[in-house]
Amino acid sequence: MALRGNLRDFSLTQLLNLVNLAKKTGALTLGEGNSQATVYFREGMLVHVFLDGQASNLCNLLERVGKINEAQSRLLPQEARSDKEWGLLLINTGLINRADIIEAVRRHTLETAYRLFTWTEGSFLFEPNVLPPDDKITVLLHLENVILEGSRRVGEWKRLEKELPDLGMALRFTTRPEVRLKRITLSPDEWRVVSSIDPSRSIQEIAQAHSLTDSQIRKIVYGLLSAGLVELVPRVKPISAAPPPKEKVAPAPVRKGIILRLIDRIRRL
Amino acid sequence: MQTVKIVVTGPFNAGKTAFIGAISEIEVVSTERRITDHSQSTKEQTTVAMDFGRITVDDGLVLYLFGTPGQRRFDFMWEILSEGMLGFIVLVDSVAPETFHEARGILDLFKNYSPACYVVAANKQDLKDAWPPQDLRIALKIDSDVKVVPCVATDKESVKRVLLELLYSILETAEE
Repeated sequence: MALRGNLRDFSLTQLLNLVNLAKKTGALTLGEGNSQATVYFREGMLVHVFLDGQASNLCNLLERVGKINEAQSRLLPQEARSDKEWGLLLINTGLINRADIIEAVRRHTLETAYRLFTWTEGSFLFEPNVLPPDDKITVLLHLENVILEGSRRVGEWKRLEKELPDLGMALRFTTRPEVRLKRITLSPDEWRVVSSIDPSRSIQEIAQAHSLTDSQIRKIVYGLLSAGLVELVPRVKPISAAPPPKEKVAPAPVRKGIILRLIDRIRRL
Repeated sequence: MQTVKIVVTGPFNAGKTAFIGAISEIEVVSTERRITDHSQSTKEQTTVAMDFGRITVDDGLVLYLFGTPGQRRFDFMWEILSEGMLGFIVLVDSVAPETFHEARGILDLFKNYSPACYVVAANKQDLKDAWPPQDLRIALKIDSDVKVVPCVATDKESVKRVLLELLYSILETAEE
């Protein structure tokens, strides 16, 4: 089933998180103004990105990322061929090896994906089971790191403020078993924040302890939240200092017999 | 006569009135008013007070269904409605991702009001662009132990299924 919406309401970070957790395979097409991009996933991993106006084939891509230079590119036969054919040709001419090609495609895919994090308006459409064209060289990239780095680059104060309005909240490590901590890389500031996570400390207190501005701590926490490493919880105050908590209105005690009567009645409706 | 109460909540235009109307044995009592704000393009009228439906179980027991006002400016009503409820249903419009953030906020508010059991109903599953329940679970960050039930609020059988799922959850925690 296709998923449609607007990035204004459901951000790219949220979409990637959804693809990651649901281990989806398919193509996510994004539109912002006159620009369009298509991001491909296989079982929850990023495999390919295509952005209008970017390098049209592997040779252009390698030139753009500095793996080959313009003079070398001019020496190559210029007839149309698939990326896989370009790759074979380049390896056979000795200009580049397979590992360099894969690394260049990986870097290009990531950089393109990061650019898309700045798209905050525009349509999105996720079509399941749509894969990149066969001739494209694909990579397998874990989305947790893409989300983390993309979030680092977002730099949109308003969205951060909307996503994380209350710095009085605290953080705790998520208990979700599917989060793969070993594959996540953190910046030094992120490590400092992670090392300070304690449900009795507010985000604001953590920021003060590490001399981080509101903007910096929001960006870090947003990245950690988006990657699913941590979750927001109300700050737990130390018992001695805590005022009596506001009591929730508990439901009236109900016996199983009443519930069974309700179930029986609704079944018969 | 014992009465019990289930609250049906969710964002504006999620389908709360239709949900209660599909199963109530009485004509749903609702106070609909003409909309005077930006929401007008979506719905000409909306619930400004509350919907109220009834299911008579037997001579000694009645279930009341209360629908919360759909617009946030009436959220002062929500805490009052939540008092003493048996459980609650958060109705989500599966074709309106722009309302997911609000649905999550409403869910958090109700959890804060009461420790009662709840389920999330992914409404409008009959529409082409409906987000499937498993995607809604992720989008709304619903805990794995909470049921996200597919729903078509205009279909009585579908509404029954949502209510039954809630009651099964309540049954697990009810006293002998």
